[in-house]
Amino acid sequence: MSHDQSLNPETMPNEPEKATLEGKNKFLGFWFFLGGETVLFASLFGTFIALRHSTAGGPSADELFGLELVFIMTMLLLTSSLTSVYAVYHMRNNNFKKMQLWFGITAILGFAFLACEIYEFTHYITEYGFTFRSSAFGSAFYTLVGFHGGHVTFGLAWLIGLMLRNAKRGLNLYNAPKYYTFSLYWHFIDVIWVFIFTVVYLMGKVG
Amino acid sequence: MSIAAAQKRSFGAVLWDYLTTVDHKKIAHLYLFGGGFFFLLGGLEAMIIRIQLIKPENDFVSAGFYNEVLTMHGTTMIFLAAMPLLLGLMNAAVPLQIGARDVAFPFLNSLGFWLFLFGGLMLNCSWFLGGAPDAGWTAYTPLSTTSPGHGVDYYVIGLQIAGAGTLIGGINFLVTIINMRAPGMTFMRMPLFSWTTFITSTLILFAFPALTIGLFLLMFDRMFGSAFFDVGLGGNTIIWQHLFWIFGHPEVYILVLPAFGIFSDVFSTFSKKRLFGYTAMVFATILIAFLGFMVWAHHMFTVGLGPVANSIFAIATMAIAVPTGIKIFNWLATMWGGSISINTTMLWALGFIPTFTIGGMTGVMVASVVADYQYHDTYFVVAHFHYVLVGGTVFGIMAGLHYWWPKMFGRVLNEAMGKLTFWTFFIGFHLTFFIQHFLGLMGMPRRYWVFLEDQGLDLGNLISTIGAFFMAFGVIVFLYNAIYTAVKGEQAPNDPWDGRTLEWAIASPPPHYNFKQTPLTRGLDPLWIEKREGKGEITPAEPLGDIHMPNSSFLPFMMSLGLFIAGFGFIYQVNHNWAYVLLFGGMAITLVSMMIRSLKDDHGYHIPKEELEGEAD
Repeated sequence: MSHDQSLNPETMPNEPEKATLEGKNKFLGFWFFLGGETVLFASLFGTFIALRHSTAGGPSADELFGLELVFIMTMLLLTSSLTSVYAVYHMRNNNFKKMQLWFGITAILGFAFLACEIYEFTHYITEYGFTFRSSAFGSAFYTLVGFHGGHVTFGLAWLIGLMLRNAKRGLNLYNAPKYYTFSLYWHFIDVIWVFIFTVVYLMGKVG
Repeated sequence: MSIAAAQKRSFGAVLWDYLTTVDHKKIAHLYLFGGGFFFLLGGLEAMIIRIQLIKPENDFVSAGFYNEVLTMHGTTMIFLAAMPLLLGLMNAAVPLQIGARDVAFPFLNSLGFWLFLFGGLMLNCSWFLGGAPDAGWTAYTPLSTTSPGHGVDYYVIGLQIAGAGTLIGGINFLVTIINMRAPGMTFMRMPLFSWTTFITSTLILFAFPALTIGLFLLMFDRMFGSAFFDVGLGGNTIIWQHLFWIFGHPEVYILVLPAFGIFSDVFSTFSKKRLFGYTAMVFATILIAFLGFMVWAHHMFTVGLGPVANSIFAIATMAIAVPTGIKIFNWLATMWGGSISINTTMLWALGFIPTFTIGGMTGVMVASVVADYQYHDTYFVVAHFHYVLVGGTVFGIMAGLHYWWPKMFGRVLNEAMGKLTFWTFFIGFHLTFFIQHFLGLMGMPRRYWVFLEDQGLDLGNLISTIGAFFMAFGVIVFLYNAIYTAVKGEQAPNDPWDGRTLEWAIASPPPHYNFKQTPLTRGLDPLWIEKREGKGEITPAEPLGDIHMPNSSFLPFMMSLGLFIAGFGFIYQVNHNWAYVLLFGGMAITLVSMMIRSLKDDHGYHIPKEELEGEAD
């Protein structure tokens, strides 16, 4: 079974990411990996919830957070998830150029999100003196949100690597599962962000 | 590949083969050698503990060194000996049992092994670089956050690297068992060892990330000045205990469920009977795994979580005795009326039943909250968990080794020496640990360096130490047996035990592609079905064709080596600037290796049909 040739639209299977055994294994294995990641983030959330009032005299969540910036970040990341859906839609139609385009837009939105997060962290550190070491709340905040940011950074490096590597040779049954697992990963970090938005920022302002 | 051809290859070629292999059978060998090496180290540490406690107020080792030894004994035995040895047996047997040519992710399989090995080496480097971790294998905060020197840093980094390897191994087996079963091998026809591997992998997947986070928090507190466990800045030390035991309790089922699977296969094979209550066995396994996630706070009864929390966790814990009891009765019923042959493998399985039952009984005792205030942190607990972990896991590993040794290495282990190992180890084990129940009830605390004389503890400790020497003797005989078998042992036939499952239908050791033609499974115990119908061999499910195989790769070794180097960087960047060279250099090696893996296409290769036709069955 050879699967390294580019296939034309007439013979490309409906779900190219699951057409080979390797693809099926990757697909299932990646779902399991995300299951493990869920426990990983659950542990971080638990730690954060236990420590979120332990400010040790430093600034509290209510004083620090501004919902405007966080709202913009949420919109950027949610939109990037939507654009990655478009990209997978074009992958299923074997339209490589449009898939690359929409994944490119996904990457740009991801970078915009990351820039906002870096600005946010710098702001807290320089304006409020709120650091990783200043209180248990600070440690828990930067660890939880930073782990998410680290996942975004890794995802962007992964996506750009994929796009550059395959730019000239198009879609085939060997790289389709790779694109697809990336999109799963991207949705996952989007979902994690929704929880961060709720537990860290909304509960910090209201709760 | 014949044995003669293998013998002709130079040492360098064999070494390179093992450094780059992605073959599950060779990775099994690596796990067994790696895990076996650490088992000997952990055993040596156990002997130091027992010699120190042979008489009151002994000064065989210093108090500080004793702390290091007891910490490393626990950590080594759990993470670096028991788990890798089980993963070795899983790698050796599971793909064969389900009729697969390899695992789902051969590359990741190899990566998992090298991560474990480098993590283990990292931990043990601490002995030579300023002292080993000394905060107990549980590394409770704030003892672990304030422990001076770099010992606990090695614990954190070493376990982080080894744990990543285990997680990868777990995902690999999950996907292998779901996607790679041969035609006809439905879930409810899988041998019990494959089933318990599957459930164990689920436990690994959902338990290890909690440890990962616990270790990260401890690492940040020790190396980067965060305040998770620093009460002065609002931190909370109990968080560590929760995270550790949310991982730690499923971990004990990760260790014992595969052993249950081994015993199930062994009882069935050597009683010449179908496993009694197969369906009940499967669901009991699932139930144990499920309950295993909601009992972690029974390790924390004396923390002060309150009577409601303590009662809920106590009841959940006692509930686990029910599915475990189902299993014990099913094993007994499997032997009932069977045509039982007793050899070394079967002796380990028979020895397991009373030993583990005692451990289970004391388990229900310590699960009772009010009584646990007396047992907590005494030798009673030490006796309890050695009864389940040695009586369950180590006996299971020994049974599995004797059972699959012919399949793994092509030689049958010597029976006389095997029986000598069993009896000395079995008697030594009960001498060592049975008396410890009473030492604990008389108030001897665990982890203490010395005890005073004339408090009723002298004789019990002496007996316990004598027992430990019996166990050490048994292990030495086993080692001699392994070497003797490799040199002079009798050649193993394909099916030395009159087996029932697919692994006994192919050569010992199997060819690197396992099955020339994918086997067809027609029911539970597929080989036995064919034997009963007079055929004696498995029907192929496909015509002979090309076989697709994965390429070997040196990248898993490099990725793990990079993390190993970076680990030293993380540890020493606290007070040495040169350590950043190691940190960034090591991470660069790992990341570049990952990039090569990602960007370079790897399609594997095909063994042509013509070549296969020339090979014997």
